[in-house]
Amino acid sequence: MKMIRNLPSANSFGQTSKVSLTVNGTNVEKEVSVRMLLSDFIRHELGLTGTHVGCEHGICGACTVIIDGKSSRSCTLLAVQADGIDLRTIESVANKDGSLHPIQEAFHECHALQCGYCTPGFIMNIVSEFENNEKIDTTDEGIRELIAGNLCRCTGYANIIEAVRDAAEKLQKKR
Amino acid sequence: MSTRSFGTRVKRNVDPKLLKGEGSFIDDLDLPGVLHAAFVRSPFARAKIKSVDTDYARSMDGVMAIYTCDNIGNLDMELPLLIPHDCMNDARTQRTLARDDVYHVGQAVVMVVAINRYLAEDAALMVDVDYEPMDVEVDIEKAILPDAPLVHPTHPGNIAADLTQISGDPESAFARAEHVTKIRVEVERSTAAPMETRSVAAYYDKISGALTVWDGTQAPLTVRGGLASIFEIDEDKVRVIAPDVGGGFGQKVMFPHPDELLVPLAAMELGLPVKYIEDRRENFISSNQERKQIHHIELYATKDGDVIGLKDFFLHDTGAFIPYGIAIAQVASTSIAGPYRIPNIHVQFQAVYTPTVTITPYRGCGRPQACFAIERAMDQLAEELGIDRFEIRRRNLISDDQFPYPREGLIFADGLPVTMDSGQYFKALDLIEEKIDVRNFPKMQEEARSQGKYLGLGLAYYVEGTGLGPYEGGHIKIHPITGKVYVNTGLSGQGQGHDTVFAQIVADQLGVNVEDVILTEGDSGAYDWGVATFASRAAVVSGNAIHKTALIVRKKTIKAAANMLEVDEDQIELRDGHAWVSNSNRSVSLAAVATATNPLRYAFNEAAKAATQFAPASRHDGPALDEGQAPGLEATDYYSPPAATWAYGVHAAIVEVDEITCETKIKKYALVHDCGNMINPTIVEGQVMGGVAQGIAGAMYEKVEFDDDGNISNANFVDFVIPYATEIPKVEMYHLETPTPLNPLGVKGVGEAGCIATAATIASGLTDALREFGNPKFRSTPITPSMIHEVISSSSSG
Repeated sequence: MKMIRNLPSANSFGQTSKVSLTVNGTNVEKEVSVRMLLSDFIRHELGLTGTHVGCEHGICGACTVIIDGKSSRSCTLLAVQADGIDLRTIESVANKDGSLHPIQEAFHECHALQCGYCTPGFIMNIVSEFENNEKIDTTDEGIRELIAGNLCRCTGYANIIEAVRDAAEKLQKKR
Repeated sequence: MSTRSFGTRVKRNVDPKLLKGEGSFIDDLDLPGVLHAAFVRSPFARAKIKSVDTDYARSMDGVMAIYTCDNIGNLDMELPLLIPHDCMNDARTQRTLARDDVYHVGQAVVMVVAINRYLAEDAALMVDVDYEPMDVEVDIEKAILPDAPLVHPTHPGNIAADLTQISGDPESAFARAEHVTKIRVEVERSTAAPMETRSVAAYYDKISGALTVWDGTQAPLTVRGGLASIFEIDEDKVRVIAPDVGGGFGQKVMFPHPDELLVPLAAMELGLPVKYIEDRRENFISSNQERKQIHHIELYATKDGDVIGLKDFFLHDTGAFIPYGIAIAQVASTSIAGPYRIPNIHVQFQAVYTPTVTITPYRGCGRPQACFAIERAMDQLAEELGIDRFEIRRRNLISDDQFPYPREGLIFADGLPVTMDSGQYFKALDLIEEKIDVRNFPKMQEEARSQGKYLGLGLAYYVEGTGLGPYEGGHIKIHPITGKVYVNTGLSGQGQGHDTVFAQIVADQLGVNVEDVILTEGDSGAYDWGVATFASRAAVVSGNAIHKTALIVRKKTIKAAANMLEVDEDQIELRDGHAWVSNSNRSVSLAAVATATNPLRYAFNEAAKAATQFAPASRHDGPALDEGQAPGLEATDYYSPPAATWAYGVHAAIVEVDEITCETKIKKYALVHDCGNMINPTIVEGQVMGGVAQGIAGAMYEKVEFDDDGNISNANFVDFVIPYATEIPKVEMYHLETPTPLNPLGVKGVGEAGCIATAATIASGLTDALREFGNPKFRSTPITPSMIHEVISSSSSG
């Protein structure tokens, strides 16, 4: 897992406020600008650059992270709103030995990514859905609904749908 | 070679890092002390700039520099015309920063550099620019009228270019025709909207005088050449790296957007790294777009549907500037006859300046517009002559034995005459007819009708000139320590999986695992000969260059291994990372062969001992390297295509319209395509599927909308409707593989294939579905529920 950076930064400007939160299982306490977006905080203050920014207005889903167990857009939240939350980013998904999580593995198996820019957002959304639902609707329509909060401009979604089904079937078998 | 990897579904090498969030997109680069740029952009489509006041902004906290046209030295100029052509008179290009005039909403006027993006944007807001707005006309049909306001006073009628191309003897064919079909079609403006916006970062090292630029570009070597030339420094002092790039689709091939010059300038002047990350709105209002064309196409036919002549006149919206020349309009012109023989062609276009974002290629590059024109016209001809839509195409397709089929007189976007090189056009049509189940369709249509649903069958055929020159190169080196194979090429990737398909090509020749072939692309510091990624050319041009290079390295490896193993060369087999003596268990690893071919003085490991001058294996009578011999297992070679190679395919769909909601559902979508030999079918299918999705987006959803004043009224992802997974149907794909005779691998490009015929297919299907509502024709895209509602309601009320 990528290490969280802890350096003073040019991004601490103007009025600031202290935030204290858990990031991928580690406690983080930082003084942040009250204007700073959560996505910028994650990427440039913590150095966790796997969370991407695609539209800055909550439509594309590239910046999706998991907050208190639920998938959330980090580009439409301020860093100060993150005080006290439990935050998980794409950097926390793979296994400790660096091997892929079953959802990541399924994306690899099914060629469900091309440029890879939107991919972390999809993965975080899917991880959250899998964790929060006993049973995943693996019909085409069910999966389309599941990923309907994320835009992908490369794949045309077909292989992402296959990957979600593949992962769901493997994970549900395990349970 | 034990197993051949070319043609197999090898998984991508690049995936794991991207899946774990460990990619290196430009905004992910950790550049200590990096400064951030933000732009002041024109709020007017056309205006005079009366004054620019930066004093207050300059005094704000954190502001490091402010650039206007007055303090950027020789960058205060009109940017290069990248692709000149005689049919453009005094082509207009954008200035780096506006001087005196602005020509579209979003044009860069001032660049602010500050210690972070927030402060840079604050300061940009406080720059005071006084504009005097002028009249504008954004409608291309009105813009060419005599009294329309001019974008550039130099260009009467707003005509940027006017070109006529003629093949055969159209006049006599027109006179001979027994039937003429004439239609007007219109394709709307769209935008590539890559998920990663354009971005650039730069650092200048004063000690060495080296400028490093990270650019999310499809054309790193072009950027390198351009920067060196504009800044007047040696090419070798400029290193351009395209790291991971989050989609391009053509938008990132054009150079330079102003930021690509100004960010390096600021880095040189300020001595610190500087970066600019475009925001989504900026991507809409300042990064190049494509598609708007209006065609008037006429088909001249015999009574039994043999099209003997084609006349097309079209207007092409080029936006405020024409830096990429006529490439798009030229591709449309030369693709206008599609897969049909049509021996007599008269095609003319006029490129029209409008005070809008500049037009340069977006995936498809004129092909979707040409396909929409010819295919909607073929459907119309079929209807007028009472011939089935499949049959009218069958009567006109080029047959297998007619290849190579030249269209003399038509010059393609590579400056070479159009010749369709190979294909099985009839077979593809037969296959799609079977797969879309034409025979059962009327029954389905009738059944749906009884449930208040309207079904239609859509059909469209396309061709795609791919793999354009001038050339690309490949460099291959077998690493002496690990035996891994390092490959370089000059173009760059934006998700196409080059690292895997190029590795497959090399793995087959050198007998190594695909994972042990490591590609570096898009880094002028690693390899600096080549052009760029565009026109579905990477697999064709770099692929063949790398293949040719691999053959040389293979030969060197076999020769050296034969020497080491003391057998004849024809007894050597390369597999599993070793050179083997056939039918024996004697082998030597490629790492050892690579080490042994480099005469050494020092023994740094066991393998190296064998290569030192006193080791028995390296004993020789003369010098350690013979005259003309190079050390190591390494080679460079190039591939320069003799002409574009033409891929093709045919799409069919069954669409369903709900009479009440006017929603269109794609019930079934099938396609047949042929890109020659497939290096990796999984990656081919991914490319085609992504193209289809963008095609459907253009057919039914996406349109960059301008108000009368030239503002884009939907410059965001809420209002510019990019389909989610809920809008894109399952697509059935069928492959034909007709190898092209033009290159050693027999491959054709596939990057743009999927998007070309989609709009024509959907329009064809909707026309079929809604025939009883006054026989609407659907000759413009995107086809929205409002358009369908208009058709249904006006027909029922009338």
